[in-house]
Amino acid sequence: MSTPAGVLVVGASAAGLATAEALRRKGYRGALTVLGDEPHVPYDRPPLSKQVLAGQWEPERAHVRSGDALERLDARLLLGDAAVSLDVAARTVRSASGRDLTADAVVVATGVRPRVLPGQAGLRGVHVLRSLDDALALRVRLLGARRLVVAGDGVLGAEVAATARGLGVEVVLAGPQSAPMEAQLGPLASGLLAELHGEHGVDVRPGVAVEGLASADGRVTGVRLTTGDVLDADVVVVALGAVPNTDWLENSGLMLENGVVCDSRCSAADGIYAVGDVARWQHHGLGGLVRLENRTNATEQAAAVAANILGADLPYAPVPHFWTDQFAARVQVHGVLPADAQVDVVEGDIASRRFAAVYERDGRAVGVLGWNMPKQARLLRQRHLVEPRAAAVDS
Amino acid sequence: MKITVDEEKCCGAGSCVLAAPEVFDQRDEDGVVVLLDAEPAEGLHAAVREAADVCPAAAIALSEQA
Ligand SMILES: Cc1cc2nc3c(=O)[nH]c(=O)nc-3n(C[C@H](O)[C@H](O)[C@H](O)COP(=O)(O)OP(=O)(O)OC[C@H]3O[C@@H](n4cnc5c(N)ncnc54)[C@H](O)[C@@H]3O)c2cc1C
Ligand code: SF4
Repeated sequence: MSTPAGVLVVGASAAGLATAEALRRKGYRGALTVLGDEPHVPYDRPPLSKQVLAGQWEPERAHVRSGDALERLDARLLLGDAAVSLDVAARTVRSASGRDLTADAVVVATGVRPRVLPGQAGLRGVHVLRSLDDALALRVRLLGARRLVVAGDGVLGAEVAATARGLGVEVVLAGPQSAPMEAQLGPLASGLLAELHGEHGVDVRPGVAVEGLASADGRVTGVRLTTGDVLDADVVVVALGAVPNTDWLENSGLMLENGVVCDSRCSAADGIYAVGDVARWQHHGLGGLVRLENRTNATEQAAAVAANILGADLPYAPVPHFWTDQFAARVQVHGVLPADAQVDVVEGDIASRRFAAVYERDGRAVGVLGWNMPKQARLLRQRHLVEPRAAAVDS
Repeated sequence: MKITVDEEKCCGAGSCVLAAPEVFDQRDEDGVVVLLDAEPAEGLHAAVREAADVCPAAAIALSEQA
């Protein structure tokens, strides 16, 4: 493909902005439009469950780029307007306000939204956490809260529980796994995490399936479990995973299946690409369709997509990476940490809660964990995970 | 080119070191970014731009004056 005359990016957050930046960095000088439905300039989500929720940062601190840097990007930033449909053949996106935007290449970067429980809409005291507005609303609520129940024991649920506990709220963390983040961390590190939460006074309830919400007079009173028990609460955060924002593509003809399905080049159709949390693409190294919900992927995939738009024809096959900060733990994961892996602590030690470990399966390294050892983890990644290795990462 | 880093934003991902090892390193104790060269030579600019763009915490800022 020759250099496109125009590129349209739909979704003005981490992955969308990074795609625009990568295009410019790689020398693209043509027209660049970024369409986003949120009214805010692009901001980062990881601080929302940490510094912003804790009140340590003003919201502006979470902006991805300064006003100057956005200016220098020389892109048309259309905010507060949602894409409502895509004509794949014409590469035209229609927006809610009635704009028709046509480009040689269209990049879908619309991310994901929280899954909700039946009866959640309109109920006071129930929150999700995805956007800046969500974080600010939850913070206000937590400051007057007595008892928070977090429904969901994944990354987001565990982070919210830790931050809320830091604000002095009574916190229950409930979810189906035997320890928080077990799916991402495996038994060893999720066990450590459960310990850490317990020490800080979080009431961790493992092995609990959430069925719905209990309420009275339009206000939440607790979380209902499948056993019939109710965990009493005046605030509930629902953190039960996310669904890709692909509704607007429903009639486009693109293959939608837990994300926008793409080939190994992150392309969904001729001239149509997907990037970030919404993209599910063929990952050569991991062998299958993969969708990653982490911040590192947003920028790395953006770089790959930008290169392919400019004609590179390169497969995208990254080593997955994410981090999480909870209480005094800063955890880094490179690759994947399957439950049945053999864990080899190669630096530090678990007792002092500062260590780095290599995870092996069938005698081959598949993942690296750093627990308060980010640099050592990165070095181990470079040593052992140059090529990502097949392991079950897709949901 | 002049580089500034915001240590408080840095999450220790090390993506910057992977992109431009001549310019960035990490502290042994907490993984926070260490700037080895705040005004790198021309030949490193492309790598530094990439490092700034891929930093998942937006902790690296560049100003491009001569
Ligand atoms: C609270 C929180 C904490 C996190 N912490 C970490 C962490 O510690 N480490 C880590 O690695 N990752 C973390 N993540 C994940 C990381 O933030 C995401 O992977 C990243 O934001 C993905 O970027 P994205 O641009 O693909 O999607 P998003 O950030 O979801 O952006 C998509 C954008 O598109 C917009 N949009 C949706 N539909 C439309 C439409 N029809 N038209 C126009 N615009 C639309 C959305 O409103 C949004 O602005 C966290 C996420 C959250 C929510
Ligand atoms: S890439 Fe960013 S977050 Fe990671 S170590 Fe470098 S400066 Fe810190």
